[in-house]
Amino acid sequence: MSIEDHYVQFKNVKKSYDQKLLVVKDFNLDIKKGEFVTLLGPSGSGKTTCLMMLAGFESVTSGEIIINGQPVNNIAPYHRNIGMVFQHYALFPHMTIAENLAYPLQVRKMPSHEVDKKVADSLALVELDQFGKRYPGQLSGGQKQRVALARSLIFEPSIVLMDEPLGALDKNLREQMQFEIKRLHADLGFTAVYVTHDQTEALTMSDRIAVFEDGVVQQCASPTILYEQPSNSFVADFIGENNHIKGKISSVNAGIAQVMLDCGTQVNAQTYGIDQADELCILAIRPENLFIANENRTFENTIKANFVARLYVGDSIRYFFKLPSGEELMIKALNDQDAPLFQENALVELTWATDKGLVLDRSK
Amino acid sequence: MSAATLNSVSQSLSAQEIKESKRNLKRRKLLAILFVAPLVFFILAAFVAPIGTMLYRSFYHPTVAQLVPETLTQLERWDSQSGAIPDKKTLITFTLELKQLAKARTAGKLAEEINRALPGSSSLIKFSARKLKKLDEQLLANNGDQRLLEFKKGKWGDPDLWQAIKQSGSVFTDRYYLTALDLKRDSSGSIVQRDTKIYLKLYWKSLKIALYITLLTILIGFPLSYYLATAKTKTANILMVFVLLPFWTSLLVRTTSWIALLQTNGVVNSTLQSLHIISDPLEMLYSQFSTILAMTHILLPFMILPLYSVMKGIDPSYYRAALSLGGKPIPAFIRIYMPMTLPGISAGSLLVFIISIGYYITPALVGGTDGQMISNIIAFHMQSSNNWELAAALGSLLLGLIIIIYWIYDRLVGVSNIKLG
Ligand SMILES: Nc1ncnc2c1ncn2[C@@H]1O[C@H](COP(=O)(O)OP(=O)(O)O)[C@@H](O)[C@H]1O
Ligand SMILES: [Mg+2]
Repeated sequence: MSIEDHYVQFKNVKKSYDQKLLVVKDFNLDIKKGEFVTLLGPSGSGKTTCLMMLAGFESVTSGEIIINGQPVNNIAPYHRNIGMVFQHYALFPHMTIAENLAYPLQVRKMPSHEVDKKVADSLALVELDQFGKRYPGQLSGGQKQRVALARSLIFEPSIVLMDEPLGALDKNLREQMQFEIKRLHADLGFTAVYVTHDQTEALTMSDRIAVFEDGVVQQCASPTILYEQPSNSFVADFIGENNHIKGKISSVNAGIAQVMLDCGTQVNAQTYGIDQADELCILAIRPENLFIANENRTFENTIKANFVARLYVGDSIRYFFKLPSGEELMIKALNDQDAPLFQENALVELTWATDKGLVLDRSK
Repeated sequence: MSAATLNSVSQSLSAQEIKESKRNLKRRKLLAILFVAPLVFFILAAFVAPIGTMLYRSFYHPTVAQLVPETLTQLERWDSQSGAIPDKKTLITFTLELKQLAKARTAGKLAEEINRALPGSSSLIKFSARKLKKLDEQLLANNGDQRLLEFKKGKWGDPDLWQAIKQSGSVFTDRYYLTALDLKRDSSGSIVQRDTKIYLKLYWKSLKIALYITLLTILIGFPLSYYLATAKTKTANILMVFVLLPFWTSLLVRTTSWIALLQTNGVVNSTLQSLHIISDPLEMLYSQFSTILAMTHILLPFMILPLYSVMKGIDPSYYRAALSLGGKPIPAFIRIYMPMTLPGISAGSLLVFIISIGYYITPALVGGTDGQMISNIIAFHMQSSNNWELAAALGSLLLGLIIIIYWIYDRLVGVSNIKLG
């Protein structure tokens, strides 16, 4: 383990604003140099607070933050050399774009001809060459975002923090900016800590994602692991959609659990760590992995459910079913020739592969 | 082709629709007028009308023209530069008119008016009026001029006196503006400086006092507003009550409390004396110092409120961004935060400056002679010397001064930058 492997470390970090309620409860995270890590979670779960502690704007109530082997708890923000992109850009409105970009260089006492050159390079980097003389108020949201990004990078910080930087942009622009941020990350190789509440954004951009809920990290893993092997039902639900069916484990063999569902059907599913026989559990199946059984397509597991509704979404069709035990199921099917129609309340057979069913803890 | 037809159909309204929408528009306009009606009424009744009257009064002055109209007509023929008094006919007309005035007991008014143009002439006019009252009209019509010239050792033989009458007689006059600017017309009618500067000095002093007060309110108000804007809501609310507290008490109470504090045997002096810091009481009351102190206190909320509201609206992430970019706290504060508070500073300054330059009560109560401002002298001319025209001229000049300041402000900062809440 080199120091590069834990370039940024949160060690048992706790935070309380009022000395009573813990907003961040025992946060541990190691970030590799050059890694793109996202803090993902619903609003109010403590993501911004963690970022602010790393940037030095909020004190750490207990625990330690270490950057490059140095504890930084008592280092002022302006000495941390961390770039930061704020949600509402925080471009200085009374300064032109060029002056905004020059600010971090000027406070570092860089000679003015070097400043001019770097500012020009930086504007070129985000493809805003012509905009140096404009004021932030004269730029569109996407352009402001690019300037904010350029400004946080211009003094070559080794760490860049971004707090919901794309939150104020519309969908098309968001996707374009996601791509741009990834490009800059790949080109410049900085370590990025990114905050968002948008799971798609997190999945497409990150090397690793830490899922927050209520000041606690529920799971920290790569997008693939997070999506395919969520460690509990909060993560399973927060990342993508999921069907939940209650049941009880009958037996476990080589990572495959036999589960007795509450509606009386016996099925098999993957399990990671939950292996006590007779333990109450939840079976999670993603809507795109659940199918309507027909002669061509039947998997290891089947279940019978009543048809409730069919929703036309364009590229896909959603079916809603209800199990005898009361749970609702959703299927996301491609909009192709064999998307059948059903009578209301018709009993339909649904099917899924064993490796697409996941056993989760019932307590969450 | 069909698309074009479709377009032209959907783009024009039918006559019925046009009528309907016009009616709607009219109704909305009417409603808007109703909403602003009270404001318009107040502006007309309490602002435009009195100011208009004031402006009019400052140069329209028909009193003398109404008292001795015939004489003034005759005087038009007279050449004031000639060094001689007007001709016999004019003098006779004047004696007759003065006799009429004496009978109607309005000669004193004329005396007062002429005395303003030529100090010391009042007693002569009054004396002459008393004498003329007793003389026969027929006699006066024949040789009234001789009689007149006999009074008070021939003082009526002075051309300056007649010049004064002629000047006072013009209905429209710049006399009061000249006086208000410490100027006058000499006997040849050209404008010259007065020997003693009264009003210009006072304007200058008022400007200076207003400037000091503005600077002081910025100095005190800025840190306070910053603290208010960044403190916890609960603390900020309590402090806000303290800021607004003065608004809930009468202006007189606030001013008189300064008298209680500053007077010779007041709170400050007795405290300092009992602590043996001073042996003799300081003379703090009735000075420029006390005026500035009391007015700074009274006008402070006018600085704090706009500043606070501007600061409250500044996203803390600007300052944080500056720090994260490597700015040290104080330079970042000055370079990044302070410029963003400019709309608040300028709105507060404009308010405080304009209010204080025309302030009356506080300087009147605690100012003494040293702390008097221009409005005090305006009040003096309205209440004591009864020279409303001069008061109006002084007031109009003050208004002009404020408009100029506002204009300069607009040029430098832009009025659209003002933020009051
Ligand atoms: N400056 C603050 N003072 C007090 N409480 C705060 C402050 N900032 C955030 N909080 C509280 O801390 C919790 C976490 O907030 P935050 O870190 O902003 O969450 P997120 O960024 O995930 O939405 C919230 O309940 C919020 O109300
Ligand atoms: Mg947040």
